[in-house]
Amino acid sequence: MKIQLAFTTALVVVLACFVARPSMADDSLYGDLGQKDGIAKIVDAATTNFLADTRISATFSDTNISRFKGLLVSQLCVVAGGPCEYKGQSMHDAHKGLHLTNADFNALVEDLQRGMDTAGVPFRVQNRLLARLAPMHQDVVTR
Amino acid sequence: MLNHKTAIACVALLCMAWPAGAMADDGAPPSNANNNSLFDSASGMFDEGKLLATGGVSTVEGSGGGGITTWALISGYGTRDGVGLNAHFTYIDLPDYAFWSPGVAIDLYDRVELSYAYQTFDTEHVGAELGLGDGYSFHQNVWGAKVKLFGDAVYDQDSWLPQVAVGAQYKQNDRSSLIHAIGGKSADGIDYYVAATKLFLAESVLVDATLRETKANQFGILGFGGNLNDSYSTEFEGSAAYLFSRNFAVGAEVRTKPSNLGIAQEDDAWDVFAAYFLNKNLSLTVAYADLGNIVIKDHQQGVYLSLQGGI
Repeated sequence: MKIQLAFTTALVVVLACFVARPSMADDSLYGDLGQKDGIAKIVDAATTNFLADTRISATFSDTNISRFKGLLVSQLCVVAGGPCEYKGQSMHDAHKGLHLTNADFNALVEDLQRGMDTAGVPFRVQNRLLARLAPMHQDVVTR
Repeated sequence: MLNHKTAIACVALLCMAWPAGAMADDGAPPSNANNNSLFDSASGMFDEGKLLATGGVSTVEGSGGGGITTWALISGYGTRDGVGLNAHFTYIDLPDYAFWSPGVAIDLYDRVELSYAYQTFDTEHVGAELGLGDGYSFHQNVWGAKVKLFGDAVYDQDSWLPQVAVGAQYKQNDRSSLIHAIGGKSADGIDYYVAATKLFLAESVLVDATLRETKANQFGILGFGGNLNDSYSTEFEGSAAYLFSRNFAVGAEVRTKPSNLGIAQEDDAWDVFAAYFLNKNLSLTVAYADLGNIVIKDHQQGVYLSLQGGI
């Protein structure tokens, strides 16, 4: 019993140590997402989902979609450590008038996740990208 | 082992969860939202706005967590702008005993969780061996309250800070005279805990560590305090889970327990579990649990099944 307990505790500790590495802002994620072509596929699929999602589609009613896609590609490219430059507004400025809720943010995440599924991005790679996007929550959710 | 009441509770829970659950695909947006409904995900109270699995599942005590460890996550799918409601049924089949527990939890604004579980511990043939009668059962009400203090296990991916919550569970056992006869000091008691939970999203791993102040013997099934010790002990609960997909996680848990009674040594508990989230309305947890010695029987290892349905 004590051995089993020790084993389980050790497992928890080892896992905790394994995960407690600082995430590197290197470009391996950019490669794992399929570089610029892969990111463009993700953005295409995700944008289709955003526009079809009745929870959030109204947010895009005044949006120039092709410009939006271009900005999102360059932003995800930068976030993934790729050789791009994002020339759009800051996340805070881009979302300040939209009054998005926490649920809206999560709807965007779910649509992005399904877009990454469509683009064939493995689940673990999806999570590495989402981990870098998650802190934007505080700039996007203003209600 | 699975008596009529258990079967009825199972069916009732399935009926409650199924209509909402069977049709929806995880993450698929609603196609024709009704703007006036309480259940409308855009503006209703029951917004089901949290991401899949981020409410955890229901513990044996009814609180949100894993199976035997309570986490800092607020159970259910209401965001900070909404509420949620869920019900669960848990069954543990041990070599010499059986345990089952239906329960409910309500989550308020991703801040407060209130829960209730009604536990039954069936001594089966051990009851006869102890002179209590075959199938002698203990029943326990567990009322729980949890408040998130700070941190967000999911969004704070740029910080080491976990989500931290504190909570209490008031447990009330119906076998007072027997509990006193075996050396227990009380048939009711309050556990207090502080839980820290962190999702390491880039690694697809969730980790929890919880400290519990308790006098409970066998989770309170054998009462509170005892002839060996009648003061609070600080106990540890830890768990780690690996996410294989948005719907499926596998992990392990451990929970230490005090040993207050002279009649039998009480062991620590652990399990390995797999949780499958069909969608935000229905999840199933299967585990292999080791609860160690319980009274006169060692090696109480068995299968743990838990079904949770909610809105």
